[in-house]
Amino acid sequence: MANSINSGFHAWLKRDLLLAYRRRGEAASPLVFFVMVSTLIPLGLTPESARLAEVAAGMIWVMALLATLLSVDGLFASDYQDGSLEQLLITPQLLPMPLLGKITAHWLTTGLPLTLVSPLLGLMLSLPASGYLPMICSLALGTACLSLTGAVGAALTVSLRKGGLLLSLLVMPLYMPVIIFGTATVTYAIDGLNWLPPLAILGALFAASVALCPLAAAGGLRITSAN
Amino acid sequence: MSWQWFHRLGSPRWFYHNSARWLAWLCPIAAAVVLGGLVWGLAIAPEDAKQGNSFRIIYLHVPASFLALAGYYIMAIAGAVGLIWKMKLSYMVMKSAAPIGAALTFIALFSGAIWGKPTWGTYWVWDARITSMLILLFLYLGVMALQYAYHSIDAASKAGAILGLVGTVNIPIIYKSVDWWFTLHQPATIKFTSAPSMHPDMFQPLLVMIVGFYLFYAVALILHTRSEILRRERKTSWVRELLNEKNQDVADKKVGKS
Amino acid sequence: MPHSPLLKVESLAFERDDNCLLENVNLSLNSGEIVQIEGANGSGKTTLLRLLTSALEPSAGKILYNGSQIADCRYQYLSDMLYIGHQPAVKLTLTAEENLRWMVNSSAKTNQLSIAQALAEVGLAGYSDIPCYTLSAGQHRRVALARLLISEAALWYLDEPFTAIDKQGVSFLEARLQEHLNRGGAVVLSSHQDLGLNNLRKYSLSAPTGQTQ
Repeated sequence: MANSINSGFHAWLKRDLLLAYRRRGEAASPLVFFVMVSTLIPLGLTPESARLAEVAAGMIWVMALLATLLSVDGLFASDYQDGSLEQLLITPQLLPMPLLGKITAHWLTTGLPLTLVSPLLGLMLSLPASGYLPMICSLALGTACLSLTGAVGAALTVSLRKGGLLLSLLVMPLYMPVIIFGTATVTYAIDGLNWLPPLAILGALFAASVALCPLAAAGGLRITSAN
Repeated sequence: MSWQWFHRLGSPRWFYHNSARWLAWLCPIAAAVVLGGLVWGLAIAPEDAKQGNSFRIIYLHVPASFLALAGYYIMAIAGAVGLIWKMKLSYMVMKSAAPIGAALTFIALFSGAIWGKPTWGTYWVWDARITSMLILLFLYLGVMALQYAYHSIDAASKAGAILGLVGTVNIPIIYKSVDWWFTLHQPATIKFTSAPSMHPDMFQPLLVMIVGFYLFYAVALILHTRSEILRRERKTSWVRELLNEKNQDVADKKVGKS
Repeated sequence: MPHSPLLKVESLAFERDDNCLLENVNLSLNSGEIVQIEGANGSGKTTLLRLLTSALEPSAGKILYNGSQIADCRYQYLSDMLYIGHQPAVKLTLTAEENLRWMVNSSAKTNQLSIAQALAEVGLAGYSDIPCYTLSAGQHRRVALARLLISEAALWYLDEPFTAIDKQGVSFLEARLQEHLNRGGAVVLSSHQDLGLNNLRKYSLSAPTGQTQ
């Protein structure tokens, strides 16, 4: 059993996946939310296909963002309550790597399912055909950014009661560039333009998040431990 | 060990005593510049060809926006200094800067809305700058709420500092994204003050107001930091002496002594 | 030739929010020695242990591991250390066996004892594959204590390890502590119990001195 920096990542990734699997019902709730809320949109707006098609890209993205926001609160919550967070802080590995493992597990159980289910929602909301592939690509990258940024917020609020509400407030402004470029990718494609440039920017946001968010989250967790 | 504590405690006390002297000359200068700029801009500068007199609100709106953004950076830098050098005074400055910046952001948004009604016929429009200002307000509120939520002052300060830094990295990204988003959807009819083509007679009072607002910000920040110092250091002996003196003065006045 | 002690704490102090929680703590620990931290509730026992684990940063003073500051030899120090805090860090949806396996895999230094054997020794033999939310708090503690059996770390930091375990558990733990000391390990623990161990020194923490200045 090695103790290089890498093994921190895989070990915590596998652990969190196993924990999510044990609580399958809870882990699936963001997905259920995502699908259920999509029925609210035609109820709230209109059942007309043409009008739904205009808003489909944006609405799917907004719902994916909200679903991720709801789920990111639980990233560190149970570890904080049973003392595993204490152990995480004193592992010999550098903290950002186990955190990256946890965040990856979070994305695999939240962002990825959302991405895979989005074509179904596209169908229900009359998303034009040219929008499906860009939707999947932008959601895949975008939800990863959301998980990473959300982890920073979760780290800063984990020891607070009712931290979930505050977490949403903190993280919302940071989510806005992601949704701007995510939606733009899909609308560019629908309008017949090249949708790779906004996707590339989304990719850049992802790269920056992967590099910086684990560090910020590690700093946030160390503060919380002193509380 | 006691040297370290002394060093840290000496810092807020030094600031408190010296800032009283700074305010003595800073306040009048700030008041003079702001009043002078207001009179110049509101009364003396010529009317705008298209907007008439309603453009004059820029003398409030533009400086407020400048300071709102600059204030966030000041807050974030204060937080960073506190994190790196573990200076309590720096954390106090950071905490004091947040509500001032949030208020200025709100003033910018509000004055922008007032400007909007006569100019474009509507109070609110999702243009790039206003949307970015709104997001900046949320960032400020987030930092304030996070610090308020923690009972431990140390944890609150560090968490606020980290959040401030995260926001700082994000602000250029947010501004650029929103700008890009807006040009994507820009309705053809609305064009905004790209302002470089402003007549010098209107531009000069604007500069004066901007400088005046910076001075005002400095005064507000110093005053707020002073009260934050008193609140956090209330159990130290120098603060107790200070308050006792003040109480004694008040008591003396009540009894009728000079 | 004198060698530096395994663990040395010099003038350690910790303050939070202008409250002095710990002041001028000095400790020295060699192989085979055990220090029992005593003090009233709130005197800083948990804080001291967390400072030793590097989860908290001291306001003043140094912690030396084999002569070097722990910040300079972080990886070696943390690999050679085992910490069991107030909460046993047992995930409730995992089985006892999975929990122990996780704890073992995240420890650097372990011996050849198998997970099943370790669980059997703490009396959880039949419980190894049911989820821990069905077990009691005392049984959670035992899962955490099973970790001690497999660990080869030299330094054990235990925060109130005797809570929630019965008399049989207490003598079991005392026996394990003695074995660890005999093998050359060292222990810092906080407890109100009277322990019958060799080389035991007590360190008393007085109540907090109050506000700074």
